[in-house]
Amino acid sequence: MNAISINGITKSFGDKKVLDDIKLDIKKGEILGLLGPSGAGKTTLIKILTGQLSAESGKSVINGTDSQKLSGKDYSGFGIMMDNFGVYERLSCFENLKIFARIYGIKNDRINEALESVGLSGDKKTPASNLSKGMKSRLRLARVFMINPDILFLDEPTSGLDPATADEIQKLIQNEKEKGKTIFLTTHTMTEAEKLCDNVALLSDGRIVEYGNPKEICRRYNHQKKLKIHLTDGTEKEIPHDENSAEIISELIKSGRAETIHTTEPDLETVFMELTGKELTA
Amino acid sequence: MKNITAVFLKQVKETFRNKAILIHFVMFPVLVIIMENAIKLENMPEHFFVKLFAIMFVGMAPLICMSSIISEEKENNTLRVLMMSNVKPFEYLIGVGTYVWIMCIIGAVVFAVCGGYSGKDFCVFMLVMSVGILLSALTGAVIGIFSKNQMSATSVSVPVTMVFSFLPMLSMFNESIEKIARVTYSQQMSLLINGIGNTDISVENIAVIGVNFLIAVVLFWGVYKKKGLE
Repeated sequence: MNAISINGITKSFGDKKVLDDIKLDIKKGEILGLLGPSGAGKTTLIKILTGQLSAESGKSVINGTDSQKLSGKDYSGFGIMMDNFGVYERLSCFENLKIFARIYGIKNDRINEALESVGLSGDKKTPASNLSKGMKSRLRLARVFMINPDILFLDEPTSGLDPATADEIQKLIQNEKEKGKTIFLTTHTMTEAEKLCDNVALLSDGRIVEYGNPKEICRRYNHQKKLKIHLTDGTEKEIPHDENSAEIISELIKSGRAETIHTTEPDLETVFMELTGKELTA
Repeated sequence: MKNITAVFLKQVKETFRNKAILIHFVMFPVLVIIMENAIKLENMPEHFFVKLFAIMFVGMAPLICMSSIISEEKENNTLRVLMMSNVKPFEYLIGVGTYVWIMCIIGAVVFAVCGGYSGKDFCVFMLVMSVGILLSALTGAVIGIFSKNQMSATSVSVPVTMVFSFLPMLSMFNESIEKIARVTYSQQMSLLINGIGNTDISVENIAVIGVNFLIAVVLFWGVYKKKGLE
């Protein structure tokens, strides 16, 4: 059974069509990455899926419920972390979570566990105003993890963070996946998508231009089909990726001249560029 | 009920950390204690400062606090998080409204004690203050819902509070202003408080406060229907 089904979602703001006939299915326990540059419609789609916006046409179903008819009970089944969601600056990390623990009927132990899971247990008494941007992101994640939802909607969770903090957050997301959670992730960082996602959908101008497993997509667009061999003398050698090259590779390895051998399939950035003529990080 | 409690307790936690709000709750009660004890002039009406500042307090504190709390939550997108966590708009408004009302009632008790009210007079004073606080809080909620952020809430709430807080005081010195001010609930409250122990509640008092209340409810409903809480 699909955790999320999106069928023909279309949305316009004024004359601009932001989403155009979006169709996606996300299985339980899957991480789907919605990749696209800023303004591609990623956040709009999350807002529609979580009932914050209504679609012009089409239907989306979350955990078996039409997303436009989500009730309070349904909301407790999924957690939403959006980049612009605020925290209570004057309250401590613990107090921030306590508000939502009261709403969801969660015990204090679970608050401590959630803070521990995002590495903020040492800052439980620190006011949110004293947290760095990365720590605030972790606090927002803790708020989502605390309610232990089946489905997580994460909108650009590592946006604007330094690589080390982004890496920490990616590990947290990976941990949630290992617990069997379904994760709908939007990002414009291709490495994040490659690292975390089972499947990615490339979104450009409101349309999905490609969908699939990140590695499969890259293989699909591997037009060059070459092998790149880095030699011990510092030079690089490119040879066709076919049976005729076997002897060359064998010779280089035997002579000890081959240092590394790589295939030359493109990354998601290059695929996106090929499909849309635009950069993913634009 | 648990959602209302969560919102209410959140506000309680923030009380001593949100200086901008706290100052409105304590400023007039502290001022009245100081003025009542420090200034004694001949021919000055009894408990002059209690009667003057009580109206200013009611016209200002609930209105500014309510609009400021709501607009800040909108600006910081914490209100959206609450709404996405199954807190209904009415639960949020009741939670914040109850908090503001209780904090102002504590202030009203300070006024009552300073004014030396007891027995029936104490009850009448507290009743008038309670109704006034409710009306001002409702007006503050209208402004909070209407405004996108704290800045725009302040630019609307300041002139509104000036009207409700200062008209009763200006009415003491100008008859024309007094005639206009009679249509506001704060002027009627001023008349009621000044008449405690001497005159009874009149039909005019009840009618004007009732109409003011009705207008505030209609405004609240209209703005809420149009803008919602987000």
